[in-house]
Amino acid sequence: MPIRERLSGNEAIAVAMRQINPDVVAAFPITPSTEIPQYFSQFVANGEVETEFVAVESEHSAMSACVGAQAAGGRTMTATSANGLALMWEVLYIAAAMKLPVTMACVNRALSGPLNIHNDHSDSMGARDSGWIQLYSENNQEAYDNMLQATRIGEHKDVMLPVMVCQDGFITSHAVENIELLEDDKIKAFVGEYKPEHYLMNPKEKIAVGPLDLPAHCFEHKREQAQSMINAKKVILDIAVEFEKLTGRKYDLFESYKLQDAEVAIVIINSTAGTAKTVVDKLREEGVKAGLLKIRVFRPFPSNEIADALRHVKVLAVMDKAEGFSAVGGPLNADIRAALYGNADGIKTVNYIYGLGGRDVRSDDIETVYRDLLEIQKTGKVGADYRYIGVRE
Amino acid sequence: MGKLVEIRWHGRGGQGAKTAALLLADAAFNTGKFIQGFPEYGPERMGAPITAYNRISDDRITIHSNIYEPDYVVVVDETLLTSVDVTAGLKENGAIIVNTEKSPDQVKKYLKGYNGKVCTVDARKISEDALGRYFPNTPMLGAVVKVSGIMDEKEFLTDMKSSFAHKFATKPEVIEGNMKAIERSMQEVQGL
Repeated sequence: MPIRERLSGNEAIAVAMRQINPDVVAAFPITPSTEIPQYFSQFVANGEVETEFVAVESEHSAMSACVGAQAAGGRTMTATSANGLALMWEVLYIAAAMKLPVTMACVNRALSGPLNIHNDHSDSMGARDSGWIQLYSENNQEAYDNMLQATRIGEHKDVMLPVMVCQDGFITSHAVENIELLEDDKIKAFVGEYKPEHYLMNPKEKIAVGPLDLPAHCFEHKREQAQSMINAKKVILDIAVEFEKLTGRKYDLFESYKLQDAEVAIVIINSTAGTAKTVVDKLREEGVKAGLLKIRVFRPFPSNEIADALRHVKVLAVMDKAEGFSAVGGPLNADIRAALYGNADGIKTVNYIYGLGGRDVRSDDIETVYRDLLEIQKTGKVGADYRYIGVRE
Repeated sequence: MGKLVEIRWHGRGGQGAKTAALLLADAAFNTGKFIQGFPEYGPERMGAPITAYNRISDDRITIHSNIYEPDYVVVVDETLLTSVDVTAGLKENGAIIVNTEKSPDQVKKYLKGYNGKVCTVDARKISEDALGRYFPNTPMLGAVVKVSGIMDEKEFLTDMKSSFAHKFATKPEVIEGNMKAIERSMQEVQGL
């Protein structure tokens, strides 16, 4: 029987970590992810987990300790946000290149500056090229479920990559909502033991970790790393099927909400997808064929699948909660447009930057976006295709 | 019920408005509802105005924005009436509940022509009588349950008793006082 509970997003992540019982957790506190290591260290102190908790002096050290522990053969986790993630930067790439399936809870927060503690996606979007798998979560339930699947995905022999589980800082990390948990023994059986093929503490096999890799081999190693990311898509789907059998909750590369016959649609990430669903419902009652595509897996990017899901849409808005400063739109916009180009041409597409630095996103804002799309559909005129919603100008 | 009920709390840092919102979420959760309880984070200082929110529904709640058109507003500190637009967006068929010794009629002049139901309760007096100290959040919690009718009163009281028993396991002497504060507030709230 699933356990009916009410938890914040941070509590949900901490509970998932307790149930997984990793070998090592190394973390440094930063708002709004601080509660995760805080709750988890209580589980350690209470003897509820066997984890070695490493209270490091910075996020750079946190990720370095994760790399060391995972290379040694341990299952390793951490949590961070914004500038904490930024301080991990060089080690993020090293973890991925060393094929170390570290799991991270990333509680999305605006990257400084200006100094801001609230939510947007500028932190994890910047890490999109680091070689980490990125899973995004609409609410506490998805954060919990993604965290449980993350270890399985990362540790799969065809993948062996680190995984970042993202959720919106404060909006879901600090909001208490209903959640269904699984029993500890079911999680234990689902996640299983971590059995790396090669690891430093194996006395039967001597290996070198992190050596100099010059032109003779480096390119081949990067090619192998890219293959792991390509392989990840199938593994993510296979594990989602297994997870559905266990929980009844269905996961895919993305969620399509009333998208099948939609004429106007938006593509969106994390908590605002929930707000947008209420707007879609309202518009549907008015007879408007509105739909939504919510990204779950951003890396690897499910390009062909997204093009197939959007092929029939007439007018599309891509919603970016990060300003990429490319001067032509946000990071999600670039990937969606690339996915559609030559694959599903002719969809009138506009990009909106929204919710930066914690600006609250109201259902009215999302409704304005859909009304704009309907206007484009009516007139056939796109106008500016790089826009802002909810900003004072 | 079937419909979504939205509640906005106005208080000052340190008065327990966030805790009250989470306690209300807990109580509604325990009666089988879908709930949200979340504060609006700003500068977290003692005495600074803070806002917290609740959504309570029979159906799953997906919206993740602040609340702009609440059904109920709870004002934990009456000095906010002159500095914060507490009735902003408040539905006319809803109600505002203010912690004050004043009557609903006396409070109305601060409410910018709000035409809905105005309720008052002297949470300071109730708290000081029942607990010997000023903790306005539990009496305000009782008042909002009474005014809104969002859950069965008996179920609410039973649930609060067990959650206080858990919360105050190390100081059981305050359980009775807190229960008394809630019950008195439910009886004494004016303007129903």
